Amino acid sequence: MTELLLSFRLAFLVTVILLVLATPLAYWLAFSKFRAKFLIEAVVALPLVLPPTVLGFYLLIAMGPRGPLGKLWLALFGHTLAFTFTGLVIASVFYSLPFCVQPLVASFERLDPKLLAASRVLGANSWRTFRQIILPLSFPGVITAVVLTFAHTLGEFGVVLMVGGNLPGATRTVSISIYDHVQSIEYATANQLAFTLLAISFVLLALVYGLNRRVGVRWLTN
Amino acid sequence: MADQLNPSELRVRSRLARGAFRLEVDFSISPGITILFGPSGAGKSTLLDCVAGLISLYEGRIAISNDLLFDSATHLNLPAQNRRLGYLFQSPALFPHLSAKQNIEFGISHLPDSGRNGAIAEILKLFRLENLSSRKPAELSGGEAQRVALARALVTNPRALLLDEPLSALDADLKNSIIADLRAWNAVHEIPILYVTHDRAEVDALGERVITMDHGKIIQQGIPREVLDAPRHQRLAQIAGYENVLEGTVKEIRLDNGVMRVALQGTTTSIEVPLSYARMGDSVRVAIRAGDILLALERPTGLSARNILHGTIESQEQRSATVICRVNSGAMFEVHVTLGAARDLDLQPGREVWLVLKTYSCHVVV
Repeated sequence: MTELLLSFRLAFLVTVILLVLATPLAYWLAFSKFRAKFLIEAVVALPLVLPPTVLGFYLLIAMGPRGPLGKLWLALFGHTLAFTFTGLVIASVFYSLPFCVQPLVASFERLDPKLLAASRVLGANSWRTFRQIILPLSFPGVITAVVLTFAHTLGEFGVVLMVGGNLPGATRTVSISIYDHVQSIEYATANQLAFTLLAISFVLLALVYGLNRRVGVRWLTN
Repeated sequence: MADQLNPSELRVRSRLARGAFRLEVDFSISPGITILFGPSGAGKSTLLDCVAGLISLYEGRIAISNDLLFDSATHLNLPAQNRRLGYLFQSPALFPHLSAKQNIEFGISHLPDSGRNGAIAEILKLFRLENLSSRKPAELSGGEAQRVALARALVTNPRALLLDEPLSALDADLKNSIIADLRAWNAVHEIPILYVTHDRAEVDALGERVITMDHGKIIQQGIPREVLDAPRHQRLAQIAGYENVLEGTVKEIRLDNGVMRVALQGTTTSIEVPLSYARMGDSVRVAIRAGDILLALERPTGLSARNILHGTIESQEQRSATVICRVNSGAMFEVHVTLGAARDLDLQPGREVWLVLKTYSCHVVV
């Protein structure tokens, strides 16, 4: 069960990091009038369409001893990022980015602009408007973002394999482990893990769709 | 010096271009309600957004007495949240996750508890909202919600109040009671209030002063009866309730009598209208209310009305208690008569009638 725990730890960390990074990004995407915004939107959506191996490949290169990220890490900590748990976290942040950003953007954009205007005219600056008006009213979108990011990171395979390899306790997540067990024809063990993952993912998604039938999940269903 | 006499005068000079639309206005309003009247698309809401700081101007200056809100000359552009204005939209725009009381509290959260609670209690009482204070916006009626929105704006002690058709969705009784509350509040606070509407009835109910606007420009200002009852602008004539806007040419000017004669296009007749800024041969339009025209079955005599035209009823339709007749007299006239009058005169299509127009019911517009 160490694989399962590892996967949960990864999913949890990635969700927390992404919430911090994706919220300002989503705010900017929803409200900025910058003309070339569509380019950033396209970049954010890339992981949705790219084969995980392609993304994983470039991340691996970037994290290797000659890549920019790898070099930086080597200088700071004395080792590169490839095939480490930290590397896995960074890769997953990229891979799961659209799953966090898009529900947030969708719920921000759906707010009545008059509410935001009213808040400003009543003396609230952008930060207060964000905390007291935008965020509470986007709560369903935040829940969607959290659950989708968590579930998606929990189940990823391709990127993990490319960047993390298969090191027990460090980078062997539950999906890699299932693959291993199938390769060794240990179907019973594979089934246990696969079923656990299936059950967790179903419960999480049922929770999202049940709690909130309004915001943020449209784009995923069409 | 004028500033000292009028401590809270709102002065606006603004120029702005958005696509094909241009806004170019220069006016000032003193404490009390000033109506901003004009057809949709005239730029009224854009103007309010500029004053509130929600839209940036291209050039201009906006000030309340001596405090500048915007000045392109010195690159001053106070952000909306620092302008200390009240702004009410057509929708109440209450924060749906906060109670009525929390909504009202939103703009004065910086005040110490004692001052805040006092101000809230006072405004709740004035707007008769005490029993509704714990309700969420979804549990309020349209009128109640707009009342809360007004209380939310006024509790901040704004330096000026901008109202963008805030009562257009409410029925007349609700409208009047909210306006009475607003007047009561402003009797004490005396701030300039700019009230946007395209509803003629609201202008009559509210108007102390009116500024009429179209195509981003101010057309006329003054007191409502003067401005709207003698419109010098065709679009304005139509929205102010003039069903008949007829084309014509000035053919005689009689300065001594203060009148002129206008030959109506498509007819051999001419009508007498009040003297206005026009020269011989100028093309003008004459606006006449459908309800200001009399119909007679025989040519009347011994009447002070100066214009009597012969015509035939072409069509007629009944709308509640009014009968709308279209009379062809070379030019088409719309005439409104009561149900009883239509019955007694046996008005029906094909019938020949005489149209009677008072000179002062004819308004020359440009």
